Amino acid sequence: MACKVTEFGAVREVWAGFSLGHETCCSLRNRVDSTKTQRFVIGCQQENAAFPYPDTGVILTFQLSLLFLVVVELITNIFFGKRELDVSAGGRKRIMMMIRRWRRSGDFLRSACKSLTSLRQKHNSMSPSVSGFVNRYESKGKTFESNAWNDHNRELDHHSCVGGNLWMMQQYKSFGSSSSSASKLQRNPLFSSLEPRDVSFFNEILGGEKYVVQDEERLETANTDWMHKYKGSSKLMLLPKTTEEVSQILKYCDSRSLAVVPQGGNTGLVGGSVPVFDEVIINVGLMNKVLSFDEVSGVLVCEAGCILENLATFLDPKGFVMPLDLGAKGSCHIGGNVSTNAGGLRLIRYGSLHGTVLGLEAVTANGNVLDMLGTLRKDNTGYDLKHLFIGSEGSLGIVTKVSILTQPKMSSVNLAFIACKDFLSCQKLLVEAKRNLGEILSAFEFLDNNSMDLVLNHLDGVRNPVSSSENFYILIETTGSGETYDREKLEAFLLKSLEQGLVSDGVIAQDINQASSFWRIREGITEALQKAGAFYKYDLSLPVEEIYNIVNDLRGRLGDLANVMGYGHLGDGNLHLNISASEYNDKLLGLIEPYVYEWTSKHRGSISAEHGLGVMKANEIFYSKSPETVALMVSIKKLLDPKGILNPYKVLPHSFFSP
Amino acid sequence: MKILVAVKRVVDYAVKIRVKPDKTGVDTQNVKMSMNPFCEIALEEALRIKEAGFAKEVVAVSIGPPQCVDTLRTGLAMGADRGIHVEANSSFLPLTIAKILKSLADVENPGLIFLGKQAIDDDCNQTGQMVAALLGWPQATFASKVVVLDKDKQFATVDREVDGGLETLSVDLPAVITTDLRLNQPRYATLPNIMKAKSKPIKKMTLEDLKVDIKSDIEIVEVTEPPKRKSGVIVSSVDELIDKLKNEAHVV
Repeated sequence: MACKVTEFGAVREVWAGFSLGHETCCSLRNRVDSTKTQRFVIGCQQENAAFPYPDTGVILTFQLSLLFLVVVELITNIFFGKRELDVSAGGRKRIMMMIRRWRRSGDFLRSACKSLTSLRQKHNSMSPSVSGFVNRYESKGKTFESNAWNDHNRELDHHSCVGGNLWMMQQYKSFGSSSSSASKLQRNPLFSSLEPRDVSFFNEILGGEKYVVQDEERLETANTDWMHKYKGSSKLMLLPKTTEEVSQILKYCDSRSLAVVPQGGNTGLVGGSVPVFDEVIINVGLMNKVLSFDEVSGVLVCEAGCILENLATFLDPKGFVMPLDLGAKGSCHIGGNVSTNAGGLRLIRYGSLHGTVLGLEAVTANGNVLDMLGTLRKDNTGYDLKHLFIGSEGSLGIVTKVSILTQPKMSSVNLAFIACKDFLSCQKLLVEAKRNLGEILSAFEFLDNNSMDLVLNHLDGVRNPVSSSENFYILIETTGSGETYDREKLEAFLLKSLEQGLVSDGVIAQDINQASSFWRIREGITEALQKAGAFYKYDLSLPVEEIYNIVNDLRGRLGDLANVMGYGHLGDGNLHLNISASEYNDKLLGLIEPYVYEWTSKHRGSISAEHGLGVMKANEIFYSKSPETVALMVSIKKLLDPKGILNPYKVLPHSFFSP
Repeated sequence: MKILVAVKRVVDYAVKIRVKPDKTGVDTQNVKMSMNPFCEIALEEALRIKEAGFAKEVVAVSIGPPQCVDTLRTGLAMGADRGIHVEANSSFLPLTIAKILKSLADVENPGLIFLGKQAIDDDCNQTGQMVAALLGWPQATFASKVVVLDKDKQFATVDREVDGGLETLSVDLPAVITTDLRLNQPRYATLPNIMKAKSKPIKKMTLEDLKVDIKSDIEIVEVTEPPKRKSGVIVSSVDELIDKLKNEAHVV
């Protein structure tokens, strides 16, 4: 086989692979498979530092030439070889091998060149995550030593460094764990690609272009998650208005093997709400009607696309509140909240959605509408299937209606902002608060000094309510019906804690304005993190005594490399561990993961307390769940969604679903 | 010098209010009540003057139902030295309040009376001015900066926010000052201060003690909501917009 020498060093190696035959190709493949496409790239020596950008045309030409050569090989074997066309198992296997070789080369090239030519449009001045690129070329340090390359990585505007090949957008950009197989995540070839006849079918059932979105700008936003860390390349977004439409869409997609991503408010933090490749986005935002509200029982039935804050505003004049509250309330949909089993600030008082959701209506992958929309507080008839859908992150079905138990609104809300010297005091305070404030306690949050500094530095109009700077700050909120009584209870509790030395200083909010400013500090940490640059976000459930130990350990481990912050729902044992650095950096990532997951696993914690697994932690589920449990989850998924079209590549490890 | 600060207990600024079905007023059952924001600013300013050394004592006064004591406690927790609660079962209009404050001023003899420029529930902006008139004292309203030069000279320089800009006045003490939004940012009530506040006295007084005539010449007839704003319409294209502007709104 002729060996075409090109100026692309990488290409050279692949050629070598081909000419060396099947065995070498296998070993190459093995190397590719062992999580490091990069390692293969390490092998190929680049002579010229300025790596030329292979553009589409070149890739195609290259692939076609490869195909030609494979065909030539086949023909040679058939006609000029000493044997007939061997269609026995062995012969077929050989042909399959060749086809796989071709595919692998294509994949390799695609993945090798992807990052170079991919573009990230940045919407704001935050530096875009470029670790996808870094992931490939700067692996465990050695490949492209060329500094020019590293500088390119850090450039915010890729337009200047890319040869301008705009349409060769990378289909998948891997962020996060370099040790995860995210870097080798590939589009499942069993899924079909979108065709014009699909678009016209959707046009027909949804009733027009208004509901079948192909507009670039809108797709841009729908394809990118809130943190701008995950970006898909879907070409179509559908906006159904009724459950019937959702059912028809899914039935069609199932028959056509088109992968879909159910999307709500797109405020998820693990990349679960955006496509990974070109999945069709089904956004339920237009299904935003409140269907009924019973003022006696407090049961609210609404469609999945209702925004949480709107529901709260609807309930307010009626004297009720939603049983959950989170920072994203202005944008998140109740369907998304239910599908991800969102936690939030009030879980300590009202419990999780598994308890407060009384019923839901979901559409499964084959278009079947499951009406489990009960409004009864107690209903022990058969298996309670709605719990499967709550927290399944859209992988078992699309939630279209939700029936939720709302709580009576209590007028007396008090908020205290407290400073504590050390974490032990925080823990003791939690125990005392649960005992002394008991039934009126409605939120118990904590943040550490680093988080406070971050917020003070990056957000406007925020001041530290406590005059001195302490190590830990705690927010205690009480909600009750007797204003004076609650106030006295809270004051008595805090004064006692002050005397006992658990609390070093504190402030009680005098009106709702002051209370909002305290909440702004706690809820604004995520915003401040975005403004501060690159951040790595982890959401862990740990025993309360251990919560801060991981922060300290990680701080010691990272040293000066990054700023480690811990804050979260101390009342629920939920830590939001965030690492803030000036830019994304694989070395830093390598120090963080899998250390964080292993630490959590060792203490029998959860690697995802409330954020879910999404695409970020799909492969890490074993840190918190046993293999048998995961195997059963996979069977359930395959039962409800045999073709795997609902939100693929997420929640469960990829190895179970790759062909 | 003693400073008297009048504080009012009102519906919290952030609460969405509703009118009672019988239209006699705003529904104040089960809603969060707190100190009027302008009164907080007034109290903060009084405390700052005391901390600067120009006053010996800050006295907080509130007129209303028993729950006003909570508001006074907040004031004490911010740093006031003592409180006076004048018991009253109904809400009073500014003139009545001004008469009550005049009687109190005759008893307490303060050097300065601070009030918020207006209460957020009635937006009257009258009490401060009326108190000054009844007492015959100079007044500086909408203060955005107050500087007391020194105790001996017995006057204060006040910047007022008026429609045309800022006006600087020099007022002889004793005087009445009403505070505007940009004067200062009120401090939070810290736990140690809340603890100290428990031991500060709140004196109860009745209207008979002050010998005030509460008969009012004004009667509130009806309270209604403003007309509801019509919701907007989302148009799907520029043509439709122009069509609507031309044919429905008649502005094009």
